Amino acid sequence: MGEAMRETGRDRLNAMFAAMRASGRAALLPYLTAAIPTFEASVRLFKAMADAGADGFEVGIPYADPLMDGPVIMRAGRQALDAGVTVPVALDLVARVVEETGKPVLAMTYVNPVLRRGIERFFNEVATTGAVGLIIADLPADEAVPFLEAASATGLGMSLFVAPTTDDARLQAALDLDPAFIYAIAEVGVTGERDDASSNTERMAARIRERSDTPIVFGVGISTPDQAAAAGRHGDGVIVGSAIVRRVIDAGSAAEAESAVASFVGDIAAALA
Amino acid sequence: MRLDRPDERGRFGAYGGMFAPETLMPALIDLEGAFTEAWADPSFHSDLDELLSSYVGRPTPVYHAERISAELGIDLWLKREDLAHTGAHKINNTVAQGLLTTRMGKRRVIAETGAGQHGVATATACALFDLECVVYMGEKDIERQALNVYRMELLGAEVIPVTTGAGTLKDAVSAALRDWVASVASTHYIIGSVVGPHPFPWMVREFQKVIGEELKRQLEVPPHVIVAPVGGGSNAMGIFYPFVGDEGVTLVGVEAAGRGIETGMHGASLGEGSPGVLHGAMTYMLQDEFGQVLEAHSISAGLDYPGVGPEHAYFKDAQLVRYVSVTDDEAVVAFHRLAVTEGITPALESAHGLAWIIREAESLAGQTVVLNLSGRGDKDVQQVAGLDG
Repeated sequence: MGEAMRETGRDRLNAMFAAMRASGRAALLPYLTAAIPTFEASVRLFKAMADAGADGFEVGIPYADPLMDGPVIMRAGRQALDAGVTVPVALDLVARVVEETGKPVLAMTYVNPVLRRGIERFFNEVATTGAVGLIIADLPADEAVPFLEAASATGLGMSLFVAPTTDDARLQAALDLDPAFIYAIAEVGVTGERDDASSNTERMAARIRERSDTPIVFGVGISTPDQAAAAGRHGDGVIVGSAIVRRVIDAGSAAEAESAVASFVGDIAAALA
Repeated sequence: MRLDRPDERGRFGAYGGMFAPETLMPALIDLEGAFTEAWADPSFHSDLDELLSSYVGRPTPVYHAERISAELGIDLWLKREDLAHTGAHKINNTVAQGLLTTRMGKRRVIAETGAGQHGVATATACALFDLECVVYMGEKDIERQALNVYRMELLGAEVIPVTTGAGTLKDAVSAALRDWVASVASTHYIIGSVVGPHPFPWMVREFQKVIGEELKRQLEVPPHVIVAPVGGGSNAMGIFYPFVGDEGVTLVGVEAAGRGIETGMHGASLGEGSPGVLHGAMTYMLQDEFGQVLEAHSISAGLDYPGVGPEHAYFKDAQLVRYVSVTDDEAVVAFHRLAVTEGITPALESAHGLAWIIREAESLAGQTVVLNLSGRGDKDVQQVAGLDG
């Protein structure tokens, strides 16, 4: 046979989850919309977050009509689109983040940009960036098969979703499709900051663990170190999005954004430790 | 071939489906179950039929528009949905979904609206069934449809301005879906057209097909042509569906060409768009090369939408319906013409249908043509007056 088996994105993602389990804490996965406030400043923001203790990243490919996102991420996406951050530009940014931070990076998008590009081509392009996986926010398990096939062909780790509203049959159906991890939606609602920690995480994690060892990453409504720590007790990873994006779009300058985000990510990392 | 219902994945051929965040999926599946059960229940039909006749005012008449027929050299009939309660076909769907909401035990309703007709019809149904009502409406539409905003408030609804995007129908649908992601346990989303994830396109078609079923009974001989405006496509679906596949009947859906197809400022999703996923369904939509949704444009708020119901996409590919478009200017001319020749001010949406008939009068000579007069134009009078200066 030709070249030796190369480590796939999914392998590297699995390795991260295994390492986190061994160290007894959940991975901190900050979310940030690609290329805001600018491409180069965005690269620096991801580096600053890596230095502050992020274990990996979710990079949002901006989309014009993001049904799963609240006002903060919508605004960031609009800002990026207005600045010309197309899918190829966002993927370039993903590649730079992979290269400069060395961390596992998940690309996040909505289903239509994938379909427009062609499922196979889109997954190939994401794999080429060195990203470990892909999250498609409006893709339920029911429609996911062709996307999972592309993920498998390109070695990318794709997530499927479980929400507090998901019943046992749907949960089992999602697990049966063998996703690289379960993106567990901690709060009913779109992305955004909440005052209280989720009351759903413990029960959701128990329901998943009962059936499978698939890694669980909590996201949606996790916006403070305390909330991250609470979710992190039950999951393999925690995504913090709007609280980080808000610090970037509200900052007076790129430098200000960098220090605000670094200090915030440092606080979350400390809470998860 | 017309499909009685979409397949088990909610598809009409390649179109439709359920591309929704997981949080909503259980509610969509529950809704499919609740609708299927209600639609098979004679008591639901008798409650609905009673409301449609005594409250909505159905059947709506078919009017022979003799003066304009003589002018155009065709035999033009108007299906008078403008005479339904609240002034448009939208009430057929909202009364039915209101009844279903009560049956599902939900107490809060959300809706989107473009022209305001669906918002008014939803607010009306909510008053009737004593349901809390929140209507999302783009800020641009709030401006051009001020009368309907006040009507909704009068009926006890809360109107929430949507400031994202262009502030039109697409943004209102997205805002309503975002609300629903958070409120799904207590809330039903009364979507206003044959759009959205399964089961909405199918359910709304079933609630609107009463238009075409009545028309079949009302005409002694089937018409040669049935014309209806298409934004999301609910009035067109309602009048077309019972005739789809009938020999000798040509169905024509009229989209908004806005300022002209060549300007790129239009709402012709079927004519100029390409397949993609918008608001939870695979359908024809206006999008750029990277799959970003484009803004639509139309003088008519109800046609100002970059997508269309997935069953229309299926009809287009199967060549069961012909889809065409007319410009803002043509629609305004038609609006005036119906007013002065027949004493009827049509909704600007419906005026699009008439505009196509006027343009094609020569090729339609001698034929029997039915226009779905989907709504009355009171809401548009101020806007048209502004254009006239």
